[in-house]
Amino acid sequence: MSAPHVAHSPLWLRQAPRLTVALFLVPIAAGLLGTVLPAFGWLPAIGGRSVSLAPWKALFSQPGIRDAIGLTLVTGLTATVLSVILVFGFCALVHGRRPGRAGRALIAPILATPHAAMAIGLGFLIAPSGWIVRLLSPWLTGWHQPPDIASVQDPHGIALTLGLLVKEVPYLLLMTITALGQVPAVRHMDAAAALGYGRTVAWVKPVLPQVYRQVRLPIYAVLTYALSVVDMALILGPSNPPTLSVLALRWFTSPDIRMYFPAAAAALLQLAIVLVSIGLWRGAETLVAHLGRRWIARGARGTLLEPLAGLSAIAVAGLAGLGVGSLAALAVWSFAAGWRFPDMLPAHWSARPWSGQIGTILWPLETTLVVALFASGCALLLGLACLEHEQRRGVAASSRTLWLLYVPLLVPQIAFLFGMQVLLTVFHLDGSLIAVIWSHLLFVLPYVFLSLADPWRALDKRYARTALSLGARPRRVFLRIKLPLLLRPVLIAAAVGVAVSVDQYLPTIFAGAGRIVTLTTEAVTLASGGDRRVTGVFGLLQSLIPLAVYGIALGVSGRNRFRRHALGAQS
Amino acid sequence: MSGPLRLEQVSITLEGRMLIPPLSVQVDGGQILTLMGASGSGKSTLLSVLGGTMAPVFRVTGRVWIGEREVTDLPPERRRMGILFQDDLLFPHLSVGENLAFGLAASVRGRAASAARIDAALRDAGLAGFARRDPATLSGGQRARVALLRLLLAEPEALLLDEPFNKLDAAMRTDFRRFVFEHAQTAGLPVLMVTHDQADAEAAQGPVLELLQAPEGTPVIQRSSGSGSLRKDTEVRPGKVGLPLATEVRS
Repeated sequence: MSAPHVAHSPLWLRQAPRLTVALFLVPIAAGLLGTVLPAFGWLPAIGGRSVSLAPWKALFSQPGIRDAIGLTLVTGLTATVLSVILVFGFCALVHGRRPGRAGRALIAPILATPHAAMAIGLGFLIAPSGWIVRLLSPWLTGWHQPPDIASVQDPHGIALTLGLLVKEVPYLLLMTITALGQVPAVRHMDAAAALGYGRTVAWVKPVLPQVYRQVRLPIYAVLTYALSVVDMALILGPSNPPTLSVLALRWFTSPDIRMYFPAAAAALLQLAIVLVSIGLWRGAETLVAHLGRRWIARGARGTLLEPLAGLSAIAVAGLAGLGVGSLAALAVWSFAAGWRFPDMLPAHWSARPWSGQIGTILWPLETTLVVALFASGCALLLGLACLEHEQRRGVAASSRTLWLLYVPLLVPQIAFLFGMQVLLTVFHLDGSLIAVIWSHLLFVLPYVFLSLADPWRALDKRYARTALSLGARPRRVFLRIKLPLLLRPVLIAAAVGVAVSVDQYLPTIFAGAGRIVTLTTEAVTLASGGDRRVTGVFGLLQSLIPLAVYGIALGVSGRNRFRRHALGAQS
Repeated sequence: MSGPLRLEQVSITLEGRMLIPPLSVQVDGGQILTLMGASGSGKSTLLSVLGGTMAPVFRVTGRVWIGEREVTDLPPERRRMGILFQDDLLFPHLSVGENLAFGLAASVRGRAASAARIDAALRDAGLAGFARRDPATLSGGQRARVALLRLLLAEPEALLLDEPFNKLDAAMRTDFRRFVFEHAQTAGLPVLMVTHDQADAEAAQGPVLELLQAPEGTPVIQRSSGSGSLRKDTEVRPGKVGLPLATEVRS
């Protein structure tokens, strides 16, 4: 007697997991190969027919390459280490004190805002002529002219690191809060408190080790992202030399096609940097775990951590303030008519920056929406099919599958997008909308799946069993019972998908072959130009789309017939 | 009146450990067979096997029949085995009437006909006029009754009860138990009930089997108390421990 409901799954459903993995692992594998070969001189299309180390020699003879590598490491590692410390410190301090709802409401718009828009807004805040200086001038600083300081695009990448912190801290915070919900954190803290441990230590010693395991992959994803980010580095990072990924992009898009070779070598080096960093991080985890175990076993009540956690919490609040301030700066600039330097606010407000741009907005807006909706829709269908298949088979996915999902997030984009573009060229797909949607899907799918999987698996299985025993076919059970009951997480997952798609810069550049223009590519291009009002329009619009989609998702699922479902109740 | 529910040498193994030793038993229409045992002993797994929804990690042997119809390899939706859990599991996004309509057998055609069936069922259960209510606004006892009505409207041929009275308070428990048993007997359904409450077993007035965990190795099923008869060929395989087993059957 086998599990009879398995045999009756339609073929496409049984193949869903394989199709999903193929859809996003094949392009990455092919893309990596398409980067590795030219990195060693092999790219017949442009005359590279011999395997050699010449691309590497060319790479290391580029001026500023060493500085670029150093900058990449310093900004990426600093941003990641600080993010992790701040998030854990913040959680240690506030856990169980329930500032929850307000905090979540504050980080939601920051999470939804694309990296590029956030970088632009942050630039508007911290630039020498930015809002912060304006708020303090001239009454405090005495400045009547913007000061001559490099507070954005500074050579040490401080602005870039700050930008990464503003975006990655809320992300890690969300991941940690989610993980905390899955361990008996408060009870363990109470138990530790009863043993005489202070609040912070009572979190760090018993709770953190349980939580860390579950946020490990998100931390690696942040590490990868911070080391290889392109759009933020273009906007906030120094330009000469820039970070390694930016350098690679510059060469890949250079009119001199011989630059492809050092570009591929740089992309491969970027991959190596990320992999080695993850490896080192893993090693550091073991070391910290070993030392931490001894520290925990010693039973010290160490009160030194308390002020540290306090500082972290202040820093996290400050970063959230910067994030919200950046969004406000985008909005204010996009409606500014005239705004002379030390004034705190524009002297005149006007919708002209918007109306004047309608002609240039519409086309990228439409492309952005089409790509985002298709990528998110495909990801949702694939994710639902995989989850439904998993439930009909009655086996849970292994942790190996989770690692597979994270692959696109643990490989730097620059390392495979060029190779993927070569592959697309072979199929005459480069520069097509389908290619861009597919390239977005690689990043949309993991996030959509991750946000969908937990609520889907958490639904009481007996609902489906009851429905089946009433004679309903699996398809009807899916459509009439599971889907309506899980409408809210499904719509939220779709919104996450849209947000991730709107965030994508590099995939659009490569898969679109420069011919597909989205709000994001346009905003990044404008950011290097002069007119803050126009840039503000594109940046704000870019961040409004994910917010609007989240709003629609919550609104639609909240309009369920029985009001209480708006609260996400499942019973 | 349905044919009897017949298990032929049904056994369940999980990762080499036997949960249910080979069990052959027949439950006649209108009869309630009670299976008792400690929690975690695999009683509920037996019900999910009969219902066809067990996880594939369980190794299952044997055959299951309802009357002359073998259901062993049928998908759950074609077995016509209604199952009642300790939670009512009314679909929270559907009204009471829609919940009942979801269960309503396909043989009832037309909106008017199904509305009439649903109203009649609700009236019979003392819930007249509840069709448009949100299930969440009903009391625990009312919800439990709706769950049974929904199940019966699907016209099952056998009933599986997975500790369905467990979560109700004492007063409601007796009421609902009588409600379930009366309806099952009126419909002439064979019922297999899993419980660890002796009172449930006594109220069922049928034969009682007990699943005993052996200190080592295979668990044992033995006939314990209870009235009513089991068929001659009812067989419960002796396990390793040589307890006097319920192969002795009064007829």
